[in-house]
Amino acid sequence: MFRNNYDNDAVTFSPQGRIFQVEYAQEAVKQGSVVVGLVNKTHAVLVGLKRNAEELSSYQKKIIEIDSHMAIAIAGLASDARVLSNFMKQQSLGSKMTYGRPIPLDRIVAQIGDRAQTNTQHYGKRPYGVGLLVAGVDEAGPHLFEFQPSGLTHEMVACAIGARSQMARTYLERNLDKFQDCSRDELIQHGLSALKETLSQDKELTIDNTSVGVVGVTNGKKESFKLYEGQDTAALLEVLEQRESAGAEGESMEVDS
Amino acid sequence: MNHFPEAWGRPRNDVYGAYDHSYLQTSGPKAHTSSPAVTGTSVVGVKFNGGVAIATDNLASYGSLARFSDVKRLRNFGDKAMVGFGGDVSDMQYLDRLLDSMDIKENYSHHGNMLNAKNLHTYLAKVFYKRRSEFNPLWNHVLVAGFDGQGEPFLSSADLLGTTFSAPHLATGFGAHLAVPILRRKFPEGTPLEQVSKEDAVEALKECLKVLFYRDARSADKYSIAVITKDGIDLKEDEQIQGQSWAFAERIRGYGAQTA
Repeated sequence: MFRNNYDNDAVTFSPQGRIFQVEYAQEAVKQGSVVVGLVNKTHAVLVGLKRNAEELSSYQKKIIEIDSHMAIAIAGLASDARVLSNFMKQQSLGSKMTYGRPIPLDRIVAQIGDRAQTNTQHYGKRPYGVGLLVAGVDEAGPHLFEFQPSGLTHEMVACAIGARSQMARTYLERNLDKFQDCSRDELIQHGLSALKETLSQDKELTIDNTSVGVVGVTNGKKESFKLYEGQDTAALLEVLEQRESAGAEGESMEVDS
Repeated sequence: MNHFPEAWGRPRNDVYGAYDHSYLQTSGPKAHTSSPAVTGTSVVGVKFNGGVAIATDNLASYGSLARFSDVKRLRNFGDKAMVGFGGDVSDMQYLDRLLDSMDIKENYSHHGNMLNAKNLHTYLAKVFYKRRSEFNPLWNHVLVAGFDGQGEPFLSSADLLGTTFSAPHLATGFGAHLAVPILRRKFPEGTPLEQVSKEDAVEALKECLKVLFYRDARSADKYSIAVITKDGIDLKEDEQIQGQSWAFAERIRGYGAQTA
């Protein structure tokens, strides 16, 4: 049942210098369905693949709005994500109350990072079983951060976490150059394309299982976070399909020449 | 010899009577600040085209005594904003330390201190309101000068109750009575900011400080003035009121040592 004696709690190192409970928590992130995030100079986009527990049940929410200027996408234990998102909502509201400003992204990400790290250093506690992508805008522009159960946080230009997310990361790495100066709508399409890469043969993106969140700055003015779900994603998926078929033609033409 | 140390160094009880402990009473209700001790007087501020100018004199009074004559009552918040303090000087020093630690904390962030004057003013008003709600007020009336989130010049006041007030020109304390009418005459209501130059604003402040020195008995002729523009803060802390004329004093009758 146990891998060894060193994984009973999150405070004990193994002789190899590893903390197994934290590694198991990171496995929980890999079990979650995939979410993709990407930023360019003007916008930050989150896209997620929603799962339903059974045919007749509703889909699990993947993107949670924290405030009008930021949102998180989750992979892993949704209940742990709820604890973290409630905390983030409180902090964000607190910043608006006391300073009259939306909380800067690096600040709130550092706060959840510290909280998660604390959980790995106290006996009787466990790490959060969830990974987050935090996207939003502040005074310094749009940002994307990755958060891991270990408490590790990174600022990213593009990132994917969750099941089969390697495929999405490969797409993002290949197309990185195209993000920086592209438009809001193109950035969404890149996100959807990356998401599509992760799907297994028998799956496809539908209006039921796709979530898209966008936030950014246009002409120096902040654009509030907008979440596309259900019927709202139909137009976006249609564009994706057109691009794919156009892309396929383009590829075959390249082969011909 | 008396072997009880608490009795050493005291007048002998058998000669002078027992010590009256009522002077050292520690029971009874706990008292917070109910009046300021060492105080600064007026702060004056004017918005102009492209920035804000703010000024105070350098005096800290102990009651009517001009106790400290080189007290800097304009304090900076990073390189973003200036705060001019009227009222209790020790509370000013507390708030200054608070703002300095906040600036340091902000600067740990990757993008540096992103709090602007407007954010700072909101925060200070909240601090004042919290303290007055604890019946332990910070006895100050402050002006905050700088820029808001849109990059527009910002000038606003906050007092010991947490009350906030904003206008193109503001003054606290005695200045609220003496300087504001002067500023309203110089820059009538509805004057567009574009028509107020930096030089006009600075000149108006100097005029206000001079009138305040004439008529406010808790003021001094040494002053500090800060001009905040997009280029940064230009702070002068050792200025002298120029061109005084006390001729008007001759005509004052009704108080003081007069023979006629």
